[in-house]
Amino acid sequence: MKRILAAAGLAVSLFFVSAVSHAQPDAALDARLKSLFEELRCLVCQNQTLADSSAPLAEDLRREVRELAQQGKTDAEIKQYLVARYGDFVLYKPPVKPTTWLLWFGPFAFLLGGGLVWFIVLRRRGRVGSDIDPTQAANRDSDQGGNARARALLDESNNS
Amino acid sequence: MKSLRFLLPLGLFAVLVGFLWVGLSRDPHEVPSPLVDKPAPAFSLAQLNDPGKKLGPADLKGQVWLLNVWASWCVSCRVEHPLLVQLAKANIVPVIGLNYKDTLALGRAWLADNGDPYKTSVVDADGRVGIDWGVYGVPETFVVDKNGVIRYKQIGPITPESLQQKILPLVRELQKS
Repeated sequence: MKRILAAAGLAVSLFFVSAVSHAQPDAALDARLKSLFEELRCLVCQNQTLADSSAPLAEDLRREVRELAQQGKTDAEIKQYLVARYGDFVLYKPPVKPTTWLLWFGPFAFLLGGGLVWFIVLRRRGRVGSDIDPTQAANRDSDQGGNARARALLDESNNS
Repeated sequence: MKSLRFLLPLGLFAVLVGFLWVGLSRDPHEVPSPLVDKPAPAFSLAQLNDPGKKLGPADLKGQVWLLNVWASWCVSCRVEHPLLVQLAKANIVPVIGLNYKDTLALGRAWLADNGDPYKTSVVDADGRVGIDWGVYGVPETFVVDKNGVIRYKQIGPITPESLQQKILPLVRELQKS
């Protein structure tokens, strides 16, 4: 088992060694592009990022983004370039603006609403509980009376 | 108060159903284009049948025109093509073809086989103009007004319904103004 694991580990590390040796010289740009691609959506296969997708359009967009980055454009400018053409949908993280308020703040509104319901229910239950208490107290009293009678009976039987 | 206890969840459920009804009936592949009501992105591309000559939106100012993005490799282009041929015969509005990520030979052969409804087709071999126009699914059709502003975008093939109900009424309205 250990041998198999060692072999697998070796294979994986060899794979990475070969991947690194094929990498392009500008590692900083590649790293920047990689993180940028991961924030951008492929319009064709919509659940994939530009980094993951192998659709022809994704290839074109990666090329376009790389060229813009090489021209010295900032990440924000590149995103703006794509949003102007494809809309906010290309961004995996939608921007906060009036049309997306429900999306961003909706869950918190639900949390708040749920918390409110929880609070109201708890408070009402507390009040109902205090309504019950006196009767329980009466029961306890009657129980205590029962105890006293039982003790008296026990004493009687002990004495006899 | 007692009735609220039952009506409130029912109301919330109705809202949920409403959201899902609208949300699930939409086609997620139709991403609304931010380019509608914006000036058509400029280009100057070689024409498919005469690569020496160039054409761009600037040359078409003053008239309403359609830009139809097509390619010989595009399967659904074959679906809408007969409609475009009919439209060309009716001579209502000039249609410019954008031959997207194709080769000259294949593009020309495709038009020879299926008929050429285009006033002219321009060649976007590397897809850069397509990106400028926000093209992501061929075929796509844009309606451009006399001032060179995009007024409508059809994603996917034109259907008889979309042509009769959306595109042609809009074209007539724009031609009047």
